[in-house]
Amino acid sequence: MQAARHLGDAILKIEDIALAFGGVKALTDVSFDVREHEIRAIIGPNGAGKSSMLNVINGVYHPQKGRVTFKGVTRKQMRPHEAAKQGIARTFQNIALFKGMTVLDNLMTGRNLKMSAGLLAQALWFGPALREEIEHRKVVERIIDFLQIESIRKTPVARLPYGLQKRVELGRALAAEPDLLLLDEPMAGMNVEEKEDMCRFILDVNDEFGTTIVLIEHDMGVVMDLSDRVVVLDYGRKIGDGTPEEIRNNQAVIDAYLGVKH
Amino acid sequence: MPGQQSEPDTFSRLLLRNAQRWHDRPAMREKDLGIWQTWTWADVAGEVKILSCGLAALGFKRGDRLAVIGDNRPRLYWAMASAQALGGVPVPLYQDAVASEMIYVLQDAEAKFAVVEDQEQVDKLLEILAQCPKLTHIIYDDPRGMRHYRHPRLYSFDTLVEKGRAHDAAYPRYFTDEIDKGDTSDLAVILYTSGTTAKPKGVSHTHAALLATVRVLVQFDQFSERDDILCYLPMAWVGDFLYSFAQAHVAGFCLNCPESPNTVMQDMREIGPTYFFAPPRVYESLLTTVMIRMADAAPVKRAVFDFFMRVARRAGLRILEGKPGVAFVDRALYVLGEWLVYGPLKNMLGMSRLKVAYTGGEAIGPDLFDFYRSLGINLKQLYGMTETCVTVCMQRSGDVRLDTVGPPMPGVEVRVADNGEVLVRSPGLMREYHRQPEATREAIDTDGFFHTGDAGYFDTDGHIKIIDRAKDVGRMADGTLFAPKYIENKLKFFPYIKEAVAYGDQRNEVCVFINIDVAAVGDWAERRNLAYSGYVDLAAKAEVYDLIADCVAKVNADLARDPAMAGAQIHRFLNMHKELDADDDELTRTRKVRRRFIADKYAPLIEALYSGKSECPIETAMKFEDGRTGVVRAVVKIREANVFTPEQVKKAG
Repeated sequence: MQAARHLGDAILKIEDIALAFGGVKALTDVSFDVREHEIRAIIGPNGAGKSSMLNVINGVYHPQKGRVTFKGVTRKQMRPHEAAKQGIARTFQNIALFKGMTVLDNLMTGRNLKMSAGLLAQALWFGPALREEIEHRKVVERIIDFLQIESIRKTPVARLPYGLQKRVELGRALAAEPDLLLLDEPMAGMNVEEKEDMCRFILDVNDEFGTTIVLIEHDMGVVMDLSDRVVVLDYGRKIGDGTPEEIRNNQAVIDAYLGVKH
Repeated sequence: MPGQQSEPDTFSRLLLRNAQRWHDRPAMREKDLGIWQTWTWADVAGEVKILSCGLAALGFKRGDRLAVIGDNRPRLYWAMASAQALGGVPVPLYQDAVASEMIYVLQDAEAKFAVVEDQEQVDKLLEILAQCPKLTHIIYDDPRGMRHYRHPRLYSFDTLVEKGRAHDAAYPRYFTDEIDKGDTSDLAVILYTSGTTAKPKGVSHTHAALLATVRVLVQFDQFSERDDILCYLPMAWVGDFLYSFAQAHVAGFCLNCPESPNTVMQDMREIGPTYFFAPPRVYESLLTTVMIRMADAAPVKRAVFDFFMRVARRAGLRILEGKPGVAFVDRALYVLGEWLVYGPLKNMLGMSRLKVAYTGGEAIGPDLFDFYRSLGINLKQLYGMTETCVTVCMQRSGDVRLDTVGPPMPGVEVRVADNGEVLVRSPGLMREYHRQPEATREAIDTDGFFHTGDAGYFDTDGHIKIIDRAKDVGRMADGTLFAPKYIENKLKFFPYIKEAVAYGDQRNEVCVFINIDVAAVGDWAERRNLAYSGYVDLAAKAEVYDLIADCVAKVNADLARDPAMAGAQIHRFLNMHKELDADDDELTRTRKVRRRFIADKYAPLIEALYSGKSECPIETAMKFEDGRTGVVRAVVKIREANVFTPEQVKKAG
């Protein structure tokens, strides 16, 4: 939690990533970097490889070629829980919460990696496990306060409207106190008011906690307002990279979105 | 009062007394990060001391006004107390007002300081700062999102506290000295009326007026330092200032601030306040929530609930009021019901510990009122307004009636003027409207009576009945008081009637337009296999007319029971062929009927009602929601209503 908005050095470097599923090339030689405290958007038409890119970053997919360097550590193969341990958290395009559990419990699961008490101690809820849980609960309560979801603290997630579920999912990702937050279409399917709220929260997260954010989003207005820099993918290739203003005027991007005569 | 000479006569002195007398008793709680935090009276006095010193260090002077804007937060209450300690005047504003609405109040009050809750309020004030040059200091409580704000007039709460500590260290006697300088005739608060019709007016109350009122209140319902109250109503509203802030100072009870405006009901359940005030719509929405949950419950539970609610309706009111005539079986069942249904239900609503609950501001429906009372909740009505520190009339426990607001409070004189307007003289009367001597002279006459603008009358037991706004009340041709809203409200308490418009001023008879509730009547029709195509068709059905005629007859029977109202029974009514709509200017945006406009627009219908016709063709232009306009044509039928003589209703009981 530090004073934010002065962009630091590159926290994440993506170099020459190529990913293919059999004959399908999902990503081809994609390189870009994400600087510390930055909000970086990845955009592109359907099937451009945006979600694949996120999945590469947090270790779900293993690229055939290229390097991912996070916080100075270059890795070749990594599994998602290792990414999480390194400080990468994410939300999903289609919400992946524990539907039957309360908001509070869902957020507590986000603390999972930070819990050290043994299984027995946790089960008996005794000694260090108790103290530890109180500490984790404090962090979670701060997030509840931050996201203004006090009123649904004890509500099972399945009973919540979609927009709030999205907010809870963001909360769970925040509970891990990540250095890098990956948001896969955080505003999909929301109404205007919900979108405005979510924009506000994303900016606040970035501002208050200094969290670096990579997000995929279709709503161009949102992307242009939120992000510091934008990467554009099309058919698995990078066709643009720069500030929102540069992207707006990039001919290759305009062609990809509006189509060109062949 | 004997033995009361030493009672402190300003709020600040009360705070010092409380800090001694109840130094380790809770004065405030706030739920923060999921946990209730508590401040004792000694803690509160300490916080107020530091804040006062901080304000003084920033240049707050005796007589200065301090605006307070935000949800009910301890720090905002402390800010009010601090302003009072320094001889200044707190001016709470409605926190949901938009920036432009705040300009007038800030200018009128000449607020020099503002203590606000968060970024939202800071943004509003910065937006209008150019129009409010006198506002030199804005202090915000919640630092969230404020990191990048740099403005010479902006201060964080922490800065204020820091300055306060330094000031206190330098001048340790400053705080108590300032309190000693205070006088009971100083202004304690300026409360702005909401001003739906005109510019808001700043109602100025002195310490003396407020304390005189509050001491009566505390005595009236026997409050002590062991009581709890949930502060959830806007701080700018007289009710919150009086019942929360002022009463706590006198009685020493604890103010509980909810975690957020959305968690009020959960917080209420956790705190279990002993005192609760809410306008009727809050009680109504609570009841609706209960009923919806019950409709979803398992059949067995529903059956148990229904059974015991029937017992409660039969016996609950009498048991609550300690009246005889309850069958032994019912008494036993009620005890069982308390155990199985009423107790758990009250617990869910956070009403288990309630000593008294009040409602006021508008008429409450009989079903609603009886529902709560039959559960054993001591729900009562009161009457008053900002200018009188509310507290004109309150119902005494054990003497509660649906259609009156109770007898005048001790020390309050109530008179009814010739035009039916209720006049009030009391120690709790405001000193003046801030900077509006003209309006003050209009409101308070030379005898010191305040003109409430409400029409009412004393019933035979000395209870006051408020029937309408005085300007809307007319007289029928034979001189009977005609209070349209009183009649309309009685009609609207039936679920089948959404709106009603009554006419009768200068006429021989009262006639009404009825706007049926299409959802409720539609449901009723479906259960009877009555086919209909839409509102117009449904409203015109003979069966629906029968249904409404029943409601009208019940209202008439009710009116006939009251000698003052018997002459204003409804003689004829019609079901309107279209729904009254704010888009067509027939209702105000707050859904009040615009009687005169409707009368002009539907002149042929009025004409038909009073000429005794049985139907009347009419053509009306209307706006659809998408902005298109269309025409509704219909032949509206007119029905005679049953009218009763007092003897008839007496015989019927």
